[in-house]
Amino acid sequence: MTAPLLEVEDLAIRYDDRRVVQDVAFRIAPGEVLALVGESGSGKTTTAMAVLGLLPPNGRIERGAVRLAGTDIAGWPERRLAALRGARMSLVPQDPVTSLNPVRTVGAQVAEVLRIHGERDERRIRARVIELLERVGLEPAALRASQYPHELSGGMRQRVLIAIAVALRPALIVADEPTSALDVTVQRRILDLLDELRRQDGTAVLLVTHDLGVAADRADRIVVLRDGRIQEAGPVRQVLGAPRSAYARQLLRDAPSLSTHRHRPASAGGDIAVRVHGLVQDFPGRDGVPFRAVDGVGFELRQGTTHALVGESGSGKTTTARCVAGFLRPTAGEVTVCGTDVAALRGEALRQFRRQVQLVYQNPYASLDPRQTVARSVEEPLLNFEPVPAAERRHRVEAMAERVGLPRDLLARQPRALSGGQRQRVAIARALILQPRVLVLDEAVSALDVTVQAQILALLEELQQSLGLSYLFVSHDLAVVRQIADTVTVMRAGRVEEAGPVEPVFHAPRSDYARELIDAIPGRTAPQILESVP
Amino acid sequence: MMARHLAQRVGQALLVLAATFTLAFLLLQALPGDAVLIKFLELGLTPDQLAEIRLAYGADAPLWRQYLHTAGGFLTGNFGTSIRAGVPVAQLLAENLPATLLLAALAFAAASLLALLLAGLATLGGQSWLRGLVRSVPSLFVAVPVFWLGIMLIQLFSFQLGWISIISPEPWEELALPVATIAVPISAPLAQVLIRNIDAVLAEPFVAVARAKGASHAWVLRWHVARNALLPTLTMAGVLFGELLGGAVVTEAVFGLNGLGGLTQQAVANQDVAVLQAIVVVSAAAFVLINLAVDLLYPVLDPRLARGRRAA
Repeated sequence: MTAPLLEVEDLAIRYDDRRVVQDVAFRIAPGEVLALVGESGSGKTTTAMAVLGLLPPNGRIERGAVRLAGTDIAGWPERRLAALRGARMSLVPQDPVTSLNPVRTVGAQVAEVLRIHGERDERRIRARVIELLERVGLEPAALRASQYPHELSGGMRQRVLIAIAVALRPALIVADEPTSALDVTVQRRILDLLDELRRQDGTAVLLVTHDLGVAADRADRIVVLRDGRIQEAGPVRQVLGAPRSAYARQLLRDAPSLSTHRHRPASAGGDIAVRVHGLVQDFPGRDGVPFRAVDGVGFELRQGTTHALVGESGSGKTTTARCVAGFLRPTAGEVTVCGTDVAALRGEALRQFRRQVQLVYQNPYASLDPRQTVARSVEEPLLNFEPVPAAERRHRVEAMAERVGLPRDLLARQPRALSGGQRQRVAIARALILQPRVLVLDEAVSALDVTVQAQILALLEELQQSLGLSYLFVSHDLAVVRQIADTVTVMRAGRVEEAGPVEPVFHAPRSDYARELIDAIPGRTAPQILESVP
Repeated sequence: MMARHLAQRVGQALLVLAATFTLAFLLLQALPGDAVLIKFLELGLTPDQLAEIRLAYGADAPLWRQYLHTAGGFLTGNFGTSIRAGVPVAQLLAENLPATLLLAALAFAAASLLALLLAGLATLGGQSWLRGLVRSVPSLFVAVPVFWLGIMLIQLFSFQLGWISIISPEPWEELALPVATIAVPISAPLAQVLIRNIDAVLAEPFVAVARAKGASHAWVLRWHVARNALLPTLTMAGVLFGELLGGAVVTEAVFGLNGLGGLTQQAVANQDVAVLQAIVVVSAAAFVLINLAVDLLYPVLDPRLARGRRAA
C-alpha cells in the first residue's frame, strides 16, 4: 500500500460521558474509496465527522490520531482545522434538502467556499462557479446559479453540494449517506457523478452508508461498525464474500438489495379485497389549473396477498393508497374495498369503514402521540369503535402486544423510550387491534435499519399468513418489494408503467422505466463479487 | 400576482381599521355617563341647560346618525372636538403624537439592540456559565412591571446616583429613563425568540455544510444564521409594537411626560369620547401599518415566500 492519505488510529470519541466510538482504525490511500457501513447508532457518522473536526459541541476525541497525509490533526484548534476544511478535505452531506441555506442563491453558496479560502476576484469567482455547476451537470449553469435551493429538486441540490465539495480539489471527500434521501434512480446518477469526479481528480472518498449494496457497488474496501467498534474490515470481496464476523454475516443476510434468495412463492390469493379502477385524483394547483396526481390507475389486491405500489417521489403511490384508505375522495374512478364502494361513503358509514382498512406509516417517530403511553396508543381505536369494558380492553391490548412481539413492560412507557423497530411494532399493533381485513403500509419499513427492517418484514409475513390479511404495500424500495409482495404496480407521474406478478416484472421488465428502476437498485455487483469468491 | 397580493393585504388592513373604528365607537357609546355630565355638573347647571349643551354637541341624535357623522369626519380628517379642552381633537393629536412616536421609536430601537446583545451573548462561544446566566435574563425582564421599573430607575439614576437630573432636564435626560423603562420588557420576548431561532439555525445541516467549507463561527453567524434567525423574529417585532403603545401610556404617566399616554389618561378620566375614539383609531392604524410592512417585507427577505417564482 502506498503512503495512506488518511490514517485513523485507535480512535475513541465521547459524547458527554458516553463513549460512542472506540478502537477504530483504518487507512485510505489516495484515490481510494472506503465505505464505513453500519446501522444507526453504530458511530459511523460520528467517526466521519471526527475526521473533519466537526463533532457536535458535546463530543470530543478522547484518544487516538487522525493523520491527514502524515500529520495528526486530531488535536488541532478550530482555526487550523477550518483552513483544511473545504480545501484539503470536504463534505457531501446526507440530506440535500436541508443542507443548503434557503435564503441564499445556489451560486452564492458555491462561491462561498472559494471566498472562505481567499479568492477575492469577483470575475474569477463567477467564472469558477459556472464551471463547477457545469461540471456537476447543472445546466444552464448561469440560470442555476441565480436560483434558490427550493427551486431545485433534491437530486439537483445534491449536485450543488457535490460542486461545493469538489470546488477546491480536496484530497479527501467525506460523503455522509450522500444519497439516502434520494430516489433510487437519482441515487444511482449522483453516485455515478461522484465516482466520475473522484476518478478525474484522484480524490479519496470516505463513504458513510447504511446500505451494503451501495458499499458493494462503490467502495474498494469496507469497514463494518457496530456500537462504535469495528466488526470487520477488508476489501469488498472479502467482507461480502467471506465475512468472518457474525454481525457482518447478519447484515448481509438482512440487506434486501443483496439477498438473492427468499422470493416468496407467488400466492394466488382468495377473493378480491381491494379493487381500484380508473382512479383519478386532482389537487388544486397554482393559477387555478388542477394538478393531476393520479391518472387512471387500476389494480386488484386479493385476500391474503400483498400488492405493492412502487415508484419514485411524485409518482402518486401514496395518493393512491390514501384513496384506498378513504382519506381522499377520488376525482374519478372506483375504489372498492371488501365489496364496499369507498368513494360513495359519507359520515358515519365512512367512519365505520375505517375498521376494515388500517394504516401504518413510514415514520414511527412521528406517527405515535409522544404524550400517550404505548398501551393508550394501541387501545385508542377500540375506544373509538368498540365500547368494551376496561378489563377486556387491557386484555386485548396485551394479547396484541404479544402478537407483534412487543415486551409487555413497554406498554406503560411513552414512545420516546422505544427504539424505531419497537415503535413500528406499536403502530402495527394499533392498526391490527380492530381486526381489519386490509392493511395499507405506506413506506412502513423505509425508515428502519436493515436488521430491524428484516424483523418487521418477517412479522408482517407471519401476521399475513395467520390472520389472512391483505397488504397494500407502498414503497420506493424495490428490493424490499421483491421480498414481500406477490403482485406489483410500477407507477410514474401518476400513471401505471407496468403491472403484474413480482417475479416476471423484476426478471423481465417490459417498460423502460421499470427496467431503469430495477437497474438502479444498489448492490447489483454483489452477486458477481460473491460468485468470484472461491 | 404580486400586485394582487398587495391589494389583498392592503384591503385586509383597511377592513381591520374599519372594524376597530366601529367596535371602539360602540364600546365608547355604551359607557354609562358622559363627558358633558362630568364637565358641567361641577358648574351646577340645570338638566335643561345640560340638554341644550348636548344638543350643541349633537349628542342627542340617534346612534346610527352619530356613527355615520363620526365616520364621515374620520374619512375627511376631521376627528371631532374634545369636550373637555374645547379644541379640535386633531390639534390635540398634533401636539401629543410626535413626542410619543419619538419615545416609541427610540424605545423600539433600544429594545432591538438589547435583544441582539442578549442573543449574541447567549449564543456565542465562551464560558457556559455566562451563557446560562444571559439566557435567564429575558424571563426576568418579562416579569418586571413597567410602572415598578420606571420608579426603580428614577430612584437609582436620579436620586441615588444623581446621573440624570429631574429638575429642568436636558432632552436626552428626559427621555433616557422612559426609553429604558419601555425597552426592557419589550426586549425580553424579542431576545427569547431570537435565542431560540439562533439555536435552531445553528443546528441546521446547512450550517454544518458551511463549517465543512472552512467557515469560522463569525462567518457562519453573519452569512447563514443572521437572516434565517431574524425572519421569525420580525413577526414577533410587529406584534410587540402593540405593547409598545400600551407601555408608553403607563410610562408617560410615571415620568410625567406629555404625549399620547398623558392624553389618553386624561381622556379616560373625563370620558372624552371623541379623543378616545381618535386615539384608538390612530393606535390601530400604527399597528396595522407596522404589521403590513412586516408582511410585505417577508418575501423580500425570504425567497421561498416570493411569488411568481416557480420551482424548477
